Amino acid sequence: MSNGVASLSSQPAPAVSISNLRKSFGALEVLKGISLKAHEGDVISILGASGSGKSTMLRCINMLEVPDSGDVTINGETIKLKHGRKGMLPADQRQVDRIRSRVAMVFQSFNLWSHMTILENVIEAPVHVQKRPKAECVAEAEELLAKVGIADKRNQYPSHLSGGQQQRAAIARALAMHPKVMLFDEPTSALDPELVGEVLRVMRSLAEEGRTMLVVTHEMGFARDVSNRVVFLHKGIVEEEGPPAEVFAAPKSERFQQFISSHR
Amino acid sequence: MDFAFMQEAFLRLIAGVPLTLNLAFTSIAFGAVLAMLLALMRMSNIKAFDWPARAYVFVFRGTPLLVQIFLIYYGLGQFRPALQELGLWGFFREPYWCAVLALTLNTAAYGSEIIRGGLQSVPYNQVEAARACGMSGFLLFRRIIFPIAVRQALPAYGSEIILMVKATSLASVITMMEVTGLAAKMISQTFRAVEVFVVAGLIYLVLNFAITRIIMAIEWWLSPHLRRPPAVEPRLEAAHV
Repeated sequence: MSNGVASLSSQPAPAVSISNLRKSFGALEVLKGISLKAHEGDVISILGASGSGKSTMLRCINMLEVPDSGDVTINGETIKLKHGRKGMLPADQRQVDRIRSRVAMVFQSFNLWSHMTILENVIEAPVHVQKRPKAECVAEAEELLAKVGIADKRNQYPSHLSGGQQQRAAIARALAMHPKVMLFDEPTSALDPELVGEVLRVMRSLAEEGRTMLVVTHEMGFARDVSNRVVFLHKGIVEEEGPPAEVFAAPKSERFQQFISSHR
Repeated sequence: MDFAFMQEAFLRLIAGVPLTLNLAFTSIAFGAVLAMLLALMRMSNIKAFDWPARAYVFVFRGTPLLVQIFLIYYGLGQFRPALQELGLWGFFREPYWCAVLALTLNTAAYGSEIIRGGLQSVPYNQVEAARACGMSGFLLFRRIIFPIAVRQALPAYGSEIILMVKATSLASVITMMEVTGLAAKMISQTFRAVEVFVVAGLIYLVLNFAITRIIMAIEWWLSPHLRRPPAVEPRLEAAHV
């Protein structure tokens, strides 16, 4: 692990680097060669119409979808792939597990484990994947739950919580892993409108802490105000990319212009 | 109804309860292990595992338990020299082990389908969340898939356990003196079938009542997430005082 030393002397490796990613589902080519770099502290909003490939791209970063070709590199470590019977497979499951434990993901439908309390959800991976002492994990989990504002729900079960509370619990679960990168896959799309704000507030505070975040979202306000870079995907390619102030003020691509005006 | 006689019958038949429970729980325990194995074979997506498991379930679910018991006890007895050569005669000579084997093989067939249903009902998004946290293989199975599957499968497995307690009565046809065996013996001595079988039926009813309660307690204990949450967290309540 000479990563820390190297980053002091030279240009640090990007937190996430994907290059020339391609992915098809059957005859449908969803990603047609996407490249993207996220440096530490970047908050990147990934926009696009449904079917543009934005969720698939995000899911390729932690290998929930395995790309057909292209590289995914996390903190300088490229995920090794091999040819399987039905397309590509990770060559080393332990490498993937190790990287996944440092790349947390927050899902559209929360995906909390229904048989565990909120506190158990949060300490599950730190205790059983990262093998940290349970007492330490519990203490930290309680802090995280307080931070996202649901400390009083810690002994309740996911089904007892509102969508917004469940999503905040899922964010606490992600934070408990001390992730280098956080992936958000449409975190507010499944929420009632009045619950969106509480989740966005938590995400905004994470961005202010300087966390590296890749956020697939339809929340234009978040993309504009919180992220430092916006990537617009259209039909599997990056159609527009840049700081929000630039791309929203003067979009170069016609598609992105249409997209903005339809989401105003 | 001769209640004095029924009381006598009760005291005679109750002596068979330990063997009834012994047969039931020994075969349920072995059967559950085999059922899990069969369910995993069915779900392996490997034909060499899947098809034997399918064939097994087809045969043991499709033939009567009574026939299976006869075939194992009397049928295999015809191959005594071969079994002796294999060192298995000591096992197949004993009606107890033949009964346990038949009950085990039978419950494994039903149990494997129940477990398979439980495993298949585990929501994929919860498995995906676990993968995204770096879980895979046995850890993922032990911490996420199995606990959720058990909660789904328990009600159906509970009825399988009750069916098994009743199925032990068939062991009486190969000389096992469990509750039904003792009842049949008593009837042949007294010719008072109605009283004796009423008592035997009541004993099974009480056993199964107790077992249902235990299964319900386990279900209740495993499913706090399906109940309404406590109205107020104890700690908060204290803080308000």
